[in-house]
Amino acid sequence: MFNDLSRMGKYLGHAARMLVGMPDYDTYVRHMRNTHPDQPVMSQAAFFRERQDARYGGGKGRPIRCC
Amino acid sequence: MNRLVSQIAWFAVAVLGAVALGVVALRRGEAINALWIVVAAVAIYLVAYRYYSLFIATKVMQLDPNRATPAVLNNDGLDFVPTNKHVLFGHHFAAIAGAGPLVGPVLAAQMGYLPGTLWLIAGVVLAGAVQDFMVLFISTRRNARSLGDMVREEMGRVPGTIALFGCFLIMIIILAVLALIVVKALAHSPWGVFTVMATIPIAMFMGIYMRYLRPGRIGEISLIGVALLLGSIWLGGAIAADPYWAAAFTFTGEQITWMLVGYGFVAAVLPVWLILAPRDYLSTFLKIGTIVALAIGILILAPELRMPALTQFTDGTGPVWKGALFPFLFITIACGAVSGFHALISSGTTPKLLANETDARYIGYGGMLMESMVAIMAIVAATIIDPGVYFAMNSPPAIVGADAASVAAAVSSWGFTVTPEVLEGVARDIGESSILNRAGGAPTLAVGIAQILHQVLPGENTMAFWYHFAILFEALFILTAVDAGTRAGRFMLQDLLGSFIPALKRTESWVANVVATAGCVALWGYLLYQGVIDPLGGINTLWPLFGISNQMLAGIALMLCTVVLIKMKRQQYVWVTLLPAVWLLICTTYASLIKLFDPNPALGFLALAHKYEAALAAGQVLAPAKDLAQMQNVILNAYTNAGLSLLFLVVVFSILFYALKVGRAAWTRSERTDKEMPFQPMPDA
Repeated sequence: MFNDLSRMGKYLGHAARMLVGMPDYDTYVRHMRNTHPDQPVMSQAAFFRERQDARYGGGKGRPIRCC
Repeated sequence: MNRLVSQIAWFAVAVLGAVALGVVALRRGEAINALWIVVAAVAIYLVAYRYYSLFIATKVMQLDPNRATPAVLNNDGLDFVPTNKHVLFGHHFAAIAGAGPLVGPVLAAQMGYLPGTLWLIAGVVLAGAVQDFMVLFISTRRNARSLGDMVREEMGRVPGTIALFGCFLIMIIILAVLALIVVKALAHSPWGVFTVMATIPIAMFMGIYMRYLRPGRIGEISLIGVALLLGSIWLGGAIAADPYWAAAFTFTGEQITWMLVGYGFVAAVLPVWLILAPRDYLSTFLKIGTIVALAIGILILAPELRMPALTQFTDGTGPVWKGALFPFLFITIACGAVSGFHALISSGTTPKLLANETDARYIGYGGMLMESMVAIMAIVAATIIDPGVYFAMNSPPAIVGADAASVAAAVSSWGFTVTPEVLEGVARDIGESSILNRAGGAPTLAVGIAQILHQVLPGENTMAFWYHFAILFEALFILTAVDAGTRAGRFMLQDLLGSFIPALKRTESWVANVVATAGCVALWGYLLYQGVIDPLGGINTLWPLFGISNQMLAGIALMLCTVVLIKMKRQQYVWVTLLPAVWLLICTTYASLIKLFDPNPALGFLALAHKYEAALAAGQVLAPAKDLAQMQNVILNAYTNAGLSLLFLVVVFSILFYALKVGRAAWTRSERTDKEMPFQPMPDA
């Protein structure tokens, strides 16, 4: 039961962070371990900064939200 | 057997929707309950989702669960991540829902609740949701390319550049009109100004906290931020009650305009983590929370609609905005039924996160239905308040006068009886000095939301608190849009101008950045300023321009979808996107032509310019201008707006020209000519 609750909490946290365009760090780490074991993995803080800059810093002039 | 039960259940939902819609449409002379509108909308959306979107998914698009999506093929854990479909639904919805679906229906309510409700329901099912779904589909099949790139690839380089230019124009107008809404809500409102200003230090604190103190803790700092915001609303009430501080935070519309322009420039060159990102987090969570609270509030209260089904203003003489039901109702509602801007989101981040093609139906079509539900709630919130109050808030002083007595007399003479005491009472309830001349939708909606929330949630005399909460919630995401839009507009401008002056294209150069940012801010700032000083209220002129540009972008997106369907040799289904495209083209063209050439100066920009030119030549000063310089201003603005309308027409017709040319060529070919990525199977998980 506590397992289910913690899974649920993790899922809701993931959903809430995705509302503001922040992808899941654990998914990123798992992806890097599985497919690019030779490459360095960003720390959680570095991942956060990189994603924030990518979403808002833009460069392609792509709006992040609608009117 | 199961199948039969399911069919019967769906039939029951359809009947329920039809009955509710019948009540909404046909009952006259007695007040109806808001729940009828909600039930009609929900039932029809469910049936449309179950049947029409399934038809589009299986027959028109032929979605293939075994085809690998860009998220799977390019998975990098960052931009491209296969994402759970419910999580992605939230992400997509948060990106498409903004101020538009809230404001448009409120303005449309001047014709009564019926026309707006009917168009919201029909428009989203047949046009808006189809566009979002279709663009998401074709972008997913093209490695998540953007709308501009897809137009260039499928239709040619010239229409691609024209489409990019169109997007830039729309961006500028959106920024101006959104900023105008904020100005209208905050002018002479110390409480509102204080709370909105307080968001800047709160956002900065959150930004520093997330970057240096506890990196990446979005959840906890957002909770702290929301608590601080609620505290600032409470403090704002104390400030508005204090004579010294209230005067210090009272500003005129022009003063707030200059602050916004300065803010837009500074904020667009600051690092994103400092203000933009944290405020976006706040506004997103508040937005979702408020929408949910509003939905629950409407369900619990089940309020009665006080606005009539149809008012006499369907003939085009309304005080809030001019123009007859066709085409201006469709232009005014815009976002909640069809929004061209969604094409940019559906070809932006969402296709990079789609785990499976078949999820596109839920996210594209379903997400837009949800947005339309928000618009339905906005129309409910605007029509449960006293119609007299609605018209008093939204009519410009040039028509109804500037004090409570004359406004009440003018509004009552239209048949919406209201007394000056009622108007002053509402102002007192919401903690403002006046509710007059607050066009723009946001304050009206805030009164509606406050009426709902203060009855549902505990606490005494909370109307003023919830009014300012609603204003803050709208101002928050409008400021985020201004901030992010100025950045995006700057890159678009650099891209466009870079074709002529290559030095401007260098996005890392400080000079190029400052020049492009200043250019972008100057463009929307100019439109905003002319809207604020416009004695007819500004919304009158700018909102139709915004609506036309938004629907025009939707027309472009649907023309692209139509061309792609022909190129895929799915001609027999081409009506799915062709019919809404034709409808949008008729509406936008007709509306632009009226705005240009109508002989009535209240409608036609050129007629307005000529009228003032003739008066100026005769040495007269026409109201609302007060001197010859203001006369010149009115003439210049009228020509600017006429020029914008003309530009829209040129953009639409050049894209139409290329769509016809490419579409006709593809029709006669016997094989597929679209630029879809080759099929790659889903890897075994």
